[in-house]
Amino acid sequence: MGLAEISRFDRPVLHDYLVDDAYDETFESPGKPRPHYAPLLETFSSLPADEIRRRKHSADLAFLNQGITFKVYGREEGTEKIFPYDLLPRLITSAEWSRIERGLTQRITALNLFLRDIYHEGRILSDGTVPREIVYSCKHFRRQMRGLQVPRNVYVAVVGSDLIRMPSGEFVVLEDNLRVPSGVSYMLTNRRVMKRIFPNLFRRQGVRPIEHYTQALLSTLRSLSPEGRPEPTIVLLSPGVFNSAYFEHAYLARQMGIELVEGRDLVTHDNVVYMRTTTGLRRVDVIYRRVDDDFIDPLAFRSDSVLGVSGLFNAYRAGNVTLANAFGTGVADDKALYAYVPKIIKYYLDEDPVLDNVETYLLNDPVQRDHVLQNLDKLVVKAVGESGGYGMLIGPHSTSAQRQDFRERIITDPRNYIAQPTITFSRAPCFIDDTLQPRHVDLRPYVLFGDKVTIVPGGLTRVALRRGSLVVNSSQGGGSKDTWVLNQ
Amino acid sequence: MLSRVADNLYWMSRYLERAEHTARLLDVNLNLMLDESASSADRRWRRVLAALGNPPNLAWSGDAYQVAQILTFDPGNRSSITACVACARENARQVREEISSDQWQRLNRLFHQVTRHKPNETDDVLPSDFLLAVIEGVHLIQGVTDSTMSHGEGWHFIQVGRYMERACATVALLGLYHREFWGRPDQTPEAAEYLEWIGLLRSCTAFEAYCKAYTADISPDRIIEFLLLNPEFPHSVRYSIDGLQRALEAIHGEGGKRRGAQLTRLAGRLQASLGFGQISEILSQDVGAYLQDILRQCRDIHETIYELYVNYAIQTALAG
Repeated sequence: MGLAEISRFDRPVLHDYLVDDAYDETFESPGKPRPHYAPLLETFSSLPADEIRRRKHSADLAFLNQGITFKVYGREEGTEKIFPYDLLPRLITSAEWSRIERGLTQRITALNLFLRDIYHEGRILSDGTVPREIVYSCKHFRRQMRGLQVPRNVYVAVVGSDLIRMPSGEFVVLEDNLRVPSGVSYMLTNRRVMKRIFPNLFRRQGVRPIEHYTQALLSTLRSLSPEGRPEPTIVLLSPGVFNSAYFEHAYLARQMGIELVEGRDLVTHDNVVYMRTTTGLRRVDVIYRRVDDDFIDPLAFRSDSVLGVSGLFNAYRAGNVTLANAFGTGVADDKALYAYVPKIIKYYLDEDPVLDNVETYLLNDPVQRDHVLQNLDKLVVKAVGESGGYGMLIGPHSTSAQRQDFRERIITDPRNYIAQPTITFSRAPCFIDDTLQPRHVDLRPYVLFGDKVTIVPGGLTRVALRRGSLVVNSSQGGGSKDTWVLNQ
Repeated sequence: MLSRVADNLYWMSRYLERAEHTARLLDVNLNLMLDESASSADRRWRRVLAALGNPPNLAWSGDAYQVAQILTFDPGNRSSITACVACARENARQVREEISSDQWQRLNRLFHQVTRHKPNETDDVLPSDFLLAVIEGVHLIQGVTDSTMSHGEGWHFIQVGRYMERACATVALLGLYHREFWGRPDQTPEAAEYLEWIGLLRSCTAFEAYCKAYTADISPDRIIEFLLLNPEFPHSVRYSIDGLQRALEAIHGEGGKRRGAQLTRLAGRLQASLGFGQISEILSQDVGAYLQDILRQCRDIHETIYELYVNYAIQTALAG
């Protein structure tokens, strides 16, 4: 792409586009795009601003009409919003992707081995590679799972890991989501809408398909079926319409052709789980559950839960039903345990991690804690059990009152917090107010682990739509982009 | 199909039918008021409230517009149109993957139309346009339901809800009018009563269909016959029970099971009694009690549907 062409689209959309020390997904330097973005930028530059607006509008309408919305907690009834969506896709080259793929496969394999180990012999704890107290003090550790045999030893079947790109351009893992990761429906619907709006681009860029995700999920779930149930009945267990991800639950159930059930639809009898249908009770073999451990069985876990199924855990223990993900997987995505994942990989696989971690300070270590407390204004502090961007302090963007608050909380309960350096993760151009503006992005690929590991080439690129913001969560003003993994 | 889904579809349908019925009843009676004296207005609105099951927290205040406003817009009153549409939508929302997106969109649109409407406080113009828009909205949903949803088990549960609600509403109206206006059947009604009987027909959208069958000669016994036993008119009790029975048979067939003998018996008996009933025979006995009995049978059928398909005990289901 020559300079003349760049200056052509430079005027309406690209003025003031900032490229600095953060890695920019699209531009090597101001005005000089990375080679694999060239066809995309050419197409965009050939479109007048009106036309881009028109296509954006038609995309928004498609989302709204299909009811692709999420619910915002704590407001009046009827606050369903569409997930803000940026037109410009994020591209990942084939080489970058194969590294991600290898890294995630390695990581999930090791984490499953780790879960199997800590709920059985606990070798890694006896060896002192991972301190016992980190595991046993984790609120997601489930004593009930001790010694329990899990089909194929797959504890975590569905993962959505959060990756970010460092200023060096290298992808690192920020967080593993091993409980009930969400967002995959946005990955799938983003793609469908993009295909409708920019069909030509797909032809020019050579994009790898992701549409087989739901089939892959279904066969993953099927491979985990209890023994002697070759034609398993699989259901998706949702907390119900008031859950923020209800759209996704309904979407996945429909795409897989399985029933979407709620706790009140299921009953257990003699350690077998049934669903109530109009033609009587029907046995359920595999439950893809989108309800947290705490709420899933009032007899085994929180007794005040009304979302769960009484007796489900006993049926599970009896081996009559499989749950994906298994109970107690949250111990492996605890943010304090995260610091040990590279050691865990080394321990079980004897390999070096393909994808690095972000440097993490453990606050129950006095030396590290002192360092963190002195540098609160430079670091990010996170509560270990929280997700969704809640319970977080971003040092450089915080007030002294917030820092004081976190200082006290850390001193009271150091095990509950970790700290990490503030990372300026990569930025990608977004179409905002008729111009391209850089916004921070992360990447959440979805990994399936059954009889084999499946990672569909793509993921959810989440965008911090507020200028300068580092928080990409949808509950906190985040949006998304379609993510294209290229053939080359 | 999940029991919960059947439950949601059934009630979605009943609430929509109820919203339509309430809207029509209000529209007809507000319209009749233009010709009426205050004393008969009083009786009429007491009757309207009774036809809607005497909603709690809503006593007749002497102000028809105020009552109509509450019955239309008050989301806090469970009998209001707004509340019915909201309940229908809430039921539909829980089974979004079961209904077509067209259905959902129409229902959603009706919901937003109803909840966003701000009644004008200063003038007491009839909310007639609004009521007609509700009726139209419900008709649209029914049409879209019939043309975009598979006519399988779910659709049949929608029919069950709709005809159940309709049969009960028509029977309740008949009972009220009979109690108040039934004189000697051989006498033509006086002008005031004449208007009331036409009001009854209009409340069931039956005026034109009645005239086609019997000419504009309004006589109470024919009106009762028409609304009770006519096999072709969609708001007659017999037609509704026929529709209910057809839907129940289809559901029963899909399940292909032995249970359900009691439901077949209950619905079949009601259908036969309407199908083979003679108006002269019915009029010669206690009509009020006869209508009460139909309502009771409808309630029994409803309860049996629930025992069979939704709230069954685990033990019976395991045995069957």
